[in-house]
Amino acid sequence: MTKERLKDKTSRKALSPTPDRVIIDITRKKFRIGDFLAEKVIKGVAFLSITIIILIFIFVFREAFPIFNTSKDVKTGMTGDVVQEAQETYGDVTDNTKGKIQETYGAVTDSAQIQENGARLADTASINAARKTYSVSSGSGFDDNQNALKTLITTEWVPVSDRPRYGILALIIGTFKITLISMLFAAPLAILAALYTAMFANKKMKEIIKPTIELLAGFPSVVIGFFALMVLATFLQEIFHYETRLNSFVGGIAMGIAAIPIIFTITEDALTAVPKSFYEASLAIGASKWQTAFFVILPAATPGIFAAILLGVGRVFGETMIALMATGNAAQMDLNPFTSVRTLAATIGAEMAEVVFGDTHYNVLFLIGSLLFIFTFILNAVAEFYVKGKLMKRIQGK
Amino acid sequence: MINSFRKNIKGIVIEGITLFSALIIIAIVVIMLSVIVIGGKDQLSWEFLTSFPTEGMTKGGIFPAIYGTALLVIIMSIAAVPFGTVTAIYLTEYARENSFIAKTIRFAVRTLAVIPSIIYGLFGLGFFIKFVGSNIDGAFFGGELRWGQPNLLWASLTMSLLTLPVVIVSVEEALKTVPQDLRAASLALGATKWQTIRKVVVPGSISGIMTGTILAVSRGAGEVAPILFTGAAYYIATLPGLSDQFMVLGYHIYVLTTQSANVDQTLPIQFGTTCVLLLLTFILNMSAVILRYRIRKKKTN
Repeated sequence: MTKERLKDKTSRKALSPTPDRVIIDITRKKFRIGDFLAEKVIKGVAFLSITIIILIFIFVFREAFPIFNTSKDVKTGMTGDVVQEAQETYGDVTDNTKGKIQETYGAVTDSAQIQENGARLADTASINAARKTYSVSSGSGFDDNQNALKTLITTEWVPVSDRPRYGILALIIGTFKITLISMLFAAPLAILAALYTAMFANKKMKEIIKPTIELLAGFPSVVIGFFALMVLATFLQEIFHYETRLNSFVGGIAMGIAAIPIIFTITEDALTAVPKSFYEASLAIGASKWQTAFFVILPAATPGIFAAILLGVGRVFGETMIALMATGNAAQMDLNPFTSVRTLAATIGAEMAEVVFGDTHYNVLFLIGSLLFIFTFILNAVAEFYVKGKLMKRIQGK
Repeated sequence: MINSFRKNIKGIVIEGITLFSALIIIAIVVIMLSVIVIGGKDQLSWEFLTSFPTEGMTKGGIFPAIYGTALLVIIMSIAAVPFGTVTAIYLTEYARENSFIAKTIRFAVRTLAVIPSIIYGLFGLGFFIKFVGSNIDGAFFGGELRWGQPNLLWASLTMSLLTLPVVIVSVEEALKTVPQDLRAASLALGATKWQTIRKVVVPGSISGIMTGTILAVSRGAGEVAPILFTGAAYYIATLPGLSDQFMVLGYHIYVLTTQSANVDQTLPIQFGTTCVLLLLTFILNMSAVILRYRIRKKKTN
């Protein structure tokens, strides 16, 4: 408050106190600490979603990074050396990891002793299990990181063996194969259904179709996976008579069912966003209803439909539970739709629970996660900026 | 005349094809629902819902899984709903529609919605368990393994990240239905912006917040991938606390169908569990759909 105004006020206050108060309240916005704090807190919380995205970036990549961290002096020593080396390497990471490696080492010597003593009563399964974990942990070390980098762009995915190979090419091709199948199934179905709902359906049909789609969107993917595994696989096998019961075809159809709601909803939004004047102009020229739908409305909404398919692809690409349950999960590389496949997401889901933390296998799984993340992020960004911008331009006629 | 008739036939056929695709989708939903409900309805009984699994999971009920699912969605909602609501309030009340910040937040929310659920699982493992949990252990428990391992709390928080966009989108939609006149009237009466939001805008959109919560709960109850390695367990003999692993319906289905040795023996339990999960999400979604249609009706009135 300036001195002049203060003077002004005091002088006027002497004359007439009541109107003066009103003037003060209007000209001066009172500072309220509650409002100020609320606004700041709300703004801070709103940034949370951005923070989460950044954190996901950082933490998924952080766990994948050690793969590229190869050392210069590579030792390929005896088994004892390897274990020691593993301890050296991961001693500084967490106590947990260290403990695990030591534990595994102990278990191996135990089983070796048992064998030496000729104690045949020992449970062979446990020895085998111990051996298995041993071979995994013996792989941890810098030499294995280099090995992993070398085998990364091959087609053999054999992470648990004496000579682990992490060829993610087979997984990527499997994922693309299954995505293609599911899109060939889901995209035409969902787009045509959306066209029907937006253009031809009467109010009653709309009230049946839309809630049904919303319910389908609410189906948990594990339920769809269960349905595919128990019912769909047998049903399709009876029709097509293929050999392996669970294959990319069954998985693709099941994932297509999961992707239908996304494609349908976005396509329908895009179709209804086309201005009514397009429709009316087309009818006025003499086109019939279906001609208008197919040759006017559908072309006008193509960018939106493209976005719908992109997001559908994103959904299928990252789908885990259906892939785990209905695709057979064998990392084979061929283009036959009736063979088993293993997708990127399913590999993470199936193997992450069994790996040793900090192991190369663990890092490779995080690397696969990073790939998935980057891929869906780019898909979403393209759908968001490129496609929506184009759609708006086209509709506004610029 | 003939020409127009031909044109008409073509039109009918093409319209028929689109109708047919819509009907196929409806048929898929109906078939899935009925197969699972018919397969599982014999299994559904009070005993099945309230007893523990027995004889190596081949008999008995699914009570621990239901209990785990309930705890999971409750903790998840406690984390996700307030943050989601506040973000939605910022987007509709404070941020300008086309400002850079608002656009970035909206983009982030949509990205969160499309990130594959398995990535959330990886993030939960890398961030909550390996980073936050391990540091808590190191700082307060002298390195003893307590929070640095999969448990209910981390699984719920991971799930809340996944369901955050669901809440934000529903609440935002509801906030937009509160008429601008009401806000103006409140401000004209001398209320501050925060008072207006607290006393006028939020109470006016409470049904939207409820819709968001229901949708989030339904999503959280059904998702399995994020909790595969952040807390879900095959079998736990006792009811879980915050720092324990827990059983959950979706994971129970997955384990019984693919990991268990005697799949055929547990078939009724599998159908029963799937039926319970499906009916749960079905009822939740149904109520959300009804609530949302009522909100939209209110908007058009």
